[in-house]
Amino acid sequence: MTYLSVRDLTVRLKDGPALLRSVSLDVAAGEVRGLVGESGAGKSMIGKAILGILPRAVEVVSGQIVLDGVDLLTLPPAERRVRVGATCALIPQDPLTALNPSRRIGPQMTDRLVDILGWSRANAAARVQDLLAEVQIVDPARVLRQYPHELSGGMRQRILIASAFAAEPRLIVADEPTTALDVTVQKQILKLIAGMQARHGTALLFVTHDLGVVSKVCQSLSVLYAGKVVEDAAVRAFFAGPKHPYSAALLAATPKYTDPDAGLQPVPADVIAAVRAEVGHG
Amino acid sequence: MGLLRTILLRLLTTAITLFGVAVIVFFVIRVVPGNPIAMMLPPGATDEDIARLTALYGLDKSIPAQFWIWGAGVLQGDFGTSITARQPVLAMVLARLPATLELSVLALLIAVLVGGAAALTGTRLRQTKVEGGIDIAGGMALSVPDFLWGLLLILAFGVLMPIFHISGRVTPSLDLPFVTNFYLVESLIRLRLDLTLDLLSHMLLPALSLAIPLAAIIAQLLKQSLKETMHLDYVTLARTHGYSEARVIWREALPNALLPTLTLVGVQFTFLIGGTVIIERLFSYEGLGNMAIDAVINRDLPLIQGIVILFAVIFTGVNLVVDLMYAALNPRLRHG
Repeated sequence: MTYLSVRDLTVRLKDGPALLRSVSLDVAAGEVRGLVGESGAGKSMIGKAILGILPRAVEVVSGQIVLDGVDLLTLPPAERRVRVGATCALIPQDPLTALNPSRRIGPQMTDRLVDILGWSRANAAARVQDLLAEVQIVDPARVLRQYPHELSGGMRQRILIASAFAAEPRLIVADEPTTALDVTVQKQILKLIAGMQARHGTALLFVTHDLGVVSKVCQSLSVLYAGKVVEDAAVRAFFAGPKHPYSAALLAATPKYTDPDAGLQPVPADVIAAVRAEVGHG
Repeated sequence: MGLLRTILLRLLTTAITLFGVAVIVFFVIRVVPGNPIAMMLPPGATDEDIARLTALYGLDKSIPAQFWIWGAGVLQGDFGTSITARQPVLAMVLARLPATLELSVLALLIAVLVGGAAALTGTRLRQTKVEGGIDIAGGMALSVPDFLWGLLLILAFGVLMPIFHISGRVTPSLDLPFVTNFYLVESLIRLRLDLTLDLLSHMLLPALSLAIPLAAIIAQLLKQSLKETMHLDYVTLARTHGYSEARVIWREALPNALLPTLTLVGVQFTFLIGGTVIIERLFSYEGLGNMAIDAVINRDLPLIQGIVILFAVIFTGVNLVVDLMYAALNPRLRHG
């Protein structure tokens, strides 16, 4: 059953170039979809459009974002905000800047449950404490009273993951959640997100530029180039043989630990030229 | 330990600062032209009279010797006797202090409320005509100094539309039940709201004159700081939680945006207190500043010294309070 359906979404800078061109993608309930592409391809922009946090200079030109049968773009802003807040969540990229430095962890995590979902303070506190334990944070009660600067980057990312799952959302957008982390921590965090996703059955839109990550956690993926989806495939089929030449070149460009002497394989210029012509990007 | 240490360290540096201020003011007012004795004697006084009076006030001694005598007195709480009023300086100055403090704090309160509201409104309605209007109003408020605001307000609300008092602190014919000189505070405590209103109608115009430029500074700085904070990741994340824009500004952005503003407001508040000297004169308000001008005109050396020292104490006190508030607002400084 499709939970999120993005249809022909076109987004552009106000009076400027298009950033997303007629993007369509579906995420089924409980599905993990990877969203890959190079820097500037518009991966994060899709997540932002869904969550309603596009920068002010960016506007939606046309298209639909259907969440659980309702087109978010037709809702009044306040209703959309509350609906998204109650059913979706974001795991941000940089754990060091994504927590409010002047507030304790506890209220930062429970506020949404109390103010948006109407839980009691005690229930919310118990809930986030359980979640912190679930993301393997030692002494959750203590951490809830601490300020962000007292915690390490890995701890903060665990807190942000727990926080994303706190309201038991139906969809989580993970915006390159491991990019800002130390390589040794990356793997643990990835495993943690995959485990949490499986236990909670949450649909996940996983934005990343790392195909290796996609092969580990995703069931399907969309490949973006210059704001346009060039390939939409199941993960198994994709890694068996990508259909689009750009996807194939992207896959070939991924360094392989099994063959350290192979050298880097950049995406060939003729493939770039072809995909540019195809998406209509100057 | 951190807090106590900070305060003790601050008291030590304050003592050094006050000593420096005392030295400078003491020597400067004795070096500049003008002689208090000449102001006191009628024309035609003999040289003998002048010499006797000079000796009576100890002004025949060398300046370092005078400083020694005065300094020793100050350390024992004796700031000398006013030459013109023939009363103890300390008592005179302390009697006037509450009037100036009430005026300054009222002005600060107005500035923070008006400036803060303007900054929050400008942030909420950013990139609209409202924000543009706030910027223009702020620029105008800032480009006119406080004493000119005073004159303009006197013209507007004292002459053209006489709805406020433009002179004094309280209507003289009123019977005042106060035991301290904190009239405004005491009228509130005693619930004599009739007196509160009378006091406020005297204080509003001078307080506004002092507050307008500061309000503009607060509005501009806080708005800038808020706008920068609004782009940070934790604010964006909070938006996805479903909070309203107003709540995002108030709960997430404001506490962090306050820090840079607070430092500047501390500095500006000391300027505002300095501004009371002219403003009190303009509105014939019976505070320290007004007394300071009289003291300078009459070359009342001990009184000038006392007032300057008291102003220095107030300034360092304000700075200490700002530092403590900064630590309270910024959790990263609390665990030092």
